[in-house]
Amino acid sequence: MDATVKSHFIGQDAGHAGTKGLVLWRPTAKTGLMSWLTTVDHKRIALLYGLFAIFFLFVGGTEALLIRLQLAVPNNTVLTAHQYNTMFTMHGTTMIFLAIMPLNSAFFNFIMPLQIGARDVAFPRLNAFSLWTFVAGAIILNLGWFMKDGAPDAGWFGYAPLTSKMYNPDHSIDMWVMGLQILGISSVAGSLNFIVTIINLRAPGMTMMRLPVFTWMTLITSFLIVLAFPAITIALVELMMDRLFATNFFEASNGGMPILWQHLFWVFGHPEVYILILPAFGMISEIMPTFSRKPLFGYPVVVFSGAAIGFLGFTVWSHHMFTTGMGTVATAAFALATMAIAVPTGVKIFNWIGTMWGGHIRMRLPMLFALGFIWMFMIGGFSGVMHAAAPADAQQQDSYFVIAHFHYVLIGGSLFAMLGGLCYWFPLVFGRQMSERWGRIAFWIIFAGFNVTFFPMHFLGLNGMPRRTFTYDGNLGWNTPNLISSCGAFFLGLGIAIFFITFVYGMLKGAKAPRDAWDARTLEWSLPNPVPEYNYAVIPTVHARDALWYQKHHADEIRQEEEAHAKEEDAHGGIHMPFQSFYPFVATVGIFIASWGIAVTDHSSNPAFWTPKVTVTIVGGAIMLLGFYLWSLEGADGYHIHVKEEKKSHS
Amino acid sequence: MSSPAATVAIDHHHDHTTSTGIPNKKLLLWAFLASDCMFFGTLISTHLIYRLHPVPGGPDPRHIFSIELTSFSTFILLMSSLMMALAVNAIQKGNVRSMRASLLTTAFFGAIFVGCQVYEFHHFVMEKHLTISNSLFGSTFYTLTGTHGIHVSIGILWLMSMYFFSFKKGFSERNAVDVDSMGLYWHFVDIVWIVIFTAVYLLEFI
Repeated sequence: MDATVKSHFIGQDAGHAGTKGLVLWRPTAKTGLMSWLTTVDHKRIALLYGLFAIFFLFVGGTEALLIRLQLAVPNNTVLTAHQYNTMFTMHGTTMIFLAIMPLNSAFFNFIMPLQIGARDVAFPRLNAFSLWTFVAGAIILNLGWFMKDGAPDAGWFGYAPLTSKMYNPDHSIDMWVMGLQILGISSVAGSLNFIVTIINLRAPGMTMMRLPVFTWMTLITSFLIVLAFPAITIALVELMMDRLFATNFFEASNGGMPILWQHLFWVFGHPEVYILILPAFGMISEIMPTFSRKPLFGYPVVVFSGAAIGFLGFTVWSHHMFTTGMGTVATAAFALATMAIAVPTGVKIFNWIGTMWGGHIRMRLPMLFALGFIWMFMIGGFSGVMHAAAPADAQQQDSYFVIAHFHYVLIGGSLFAMLGGLCYWFPLVFGRQMSERWGRIAFWIIFAGFNVTFFPMHFLGLNGMPRRTFTYDGNLGWNTPNLISSCGAFFLGLGIAIFFITFVYGMLKGAKAPRDAWDARTLEWSLPNPVPEYNYAVIPTVHARDALWYQKHHADEIRQEEEAHAKEEDAHGGIHMPFQSFYPFVATVGIFIASWGIAVTDHSSNPAFWTPKVTVTIVGGAIMLLGFYLWSLEGADGYHIHVKEEKKSHS
Repeated sequence: MSSPAATVAIDHHHDHTTSTGIPNKKLLLWAFLASDCMFFGTLISTHLIYRLHPVPGGPDPRHIFSIELTSFSTFILLMSSLMMALAVNAIQKGNVRSMRASLLTTAFFGAIFVGCQVYEFHHFVMEKHLTISNSLFGSTFYTLTGTHGIHVSIGILWLMSMYFFSFKKGFSERNAVDVDSMGLYWHFVDIVWIVIFTAVYLLEFI
């Protein structure tokens, strides 16, 4: 063991020896703005992800409230048709790419390395790069609000030819295209990192079938991202080529097929649904056993059904296109596959119910959210099966029934589970407790507000109200449900606001939380809160699926083992920590400038239009390359810290 | 596996600091290449779908392609993979000088390939009047092969960076995993070209 550890560190030093002259300096600040811009610590990166995601949750929420305000009464004129289009486009794009996905990333980043007993992710600087590219993409997507062209207005699905130069000549769609491509880079880079981390950095004894379910779902989600995002990236590249270089991919007049866009988009778009929901499944699978005081019922089934969902997620994309005239065979096949995917999803629900069955249930705040999740996700699931039947879907297509369905899945499902996850891991992250009373008040307002908003939409849809319409006539029978729905939306917004006020208050002033605040089962709870920079003073050895539960009930054996380990840690002089780095941020700045240049370039024969912007693009590209080069030259270098003091307090 | 130290010296594919023994960098590259498979898969599908539904009066690829030139550049690209394999082999044995020679040859062969492609594009546009915007075939052809060309160019940039990096003090068989990962990328780009060559060029002549 000794020799291998040594050789590892010699390798690190050798990389450093040759680069001293080239790299300016390594940032070392532990506080202040610069420390956050250069951080490579997975926990700090997670906090930044969470901060930006919650910010965009409020941006997207405001857009939603404006939509509901406009639809509250018939023939309303709060928004113009164009403003309404930008609102629903940006609401969808923001919520999916800038709120839920990065909030998931925040959880992946913070919790997953702790659950597998790792000191950090496999590539800490790549992790920082993922974070900053997400921020850059988010800014590009939203820049349209501040430009004369306005924000994108072609729907989050960007169907051709709505996005073609002919129907959308301004730069808002270019901003949308570039923003999404950068977000794709961010997600894929992050996911590659998580895949390597989970496969390669598990603590001794942490076999794949002992991984906590949340980590399993992180792995499956990461694979989905890595395999699904290229499809939309290519679709966006083709769209970009159409807009910038007048190619014909989606130009019907020259033989292009707009329906190809739909296929490419949904080949990505349907797996994306599972990218959004699988992490939620993981969180619920952590909360349920802890608050039922029982191991998760049927762990292998939960894992394999997750993998089955991941696989089937790629086989169902065309159910979004039942009404495009694909032919009966294709429609039947995709209907069948779509119904099949309900099976592993239903299996999971039964596993959670089985976990609660006969358990000593403690109805604390995270458990409340988990139960709310199960109710609402089931309603969303049922209406999902209704859509899977192609003849029924032909009636429901593009109506408010669809909106009701996917909001039950995405808010009732993803967001609810994440709010539960935020409450659950709150003591570990901040070392404090959220107010249980105000949390419950928030929960009931959100729960009620949500159902009041979205349940009437089922009936609106069945009564024929189409989606994406900016207003409606007063004599269609849609007035009352719409008014109820709009009132519910503001109630829901109030609940979310109360939740996050309680959240921030708890962060700053909440009661101090003890270690292992919920008497939980998984490894991350063995750490003191807040979690030290190096995570584990001694890398734990895992003996069982519920690692911490085992530790708590086999204390003597564990202590002996830790003492043996402690000697090894001393042998090589402390814990190896990675240096902070400027370059992920520098490279991202380059990418931001370059893609802004591309987005605002005009396709024109007059050089006065495009020369300055192409120059901007080239400068951005150069900054990006410089960032990447300095990044690789500075090497994956680090320093050592000694944790003798912490070891004493570590029992 | 008698002594760990000896194992480190001999077995470059095994990393004792990871759970699986696979070095992190290599695993990252494998996962990235899985992603890139979908990337090229989507581009190639787009091209083939549009070839199945050709626009009436569109250009005939058989009159445009010069299969001799493309066969030659394909052959050169395949040979570059051989040189890449030799470079990885050399650095695993600690032979930095031999690795440098092989890296340079790989990059040179790659550059010939890109040169052929530049000539081809120029020729198609100027002589055969196939541009990226005047036909659907041109759109998919230039986008697909151009994306591959960019991949090869990035590979050449990477090869040259590795070549210069190898002059730094301390560059030795410990860096084999870096060269090996780069090699995975290069071989992947070659394999993708075989698919593109078959699906885009050869398929037109059967």
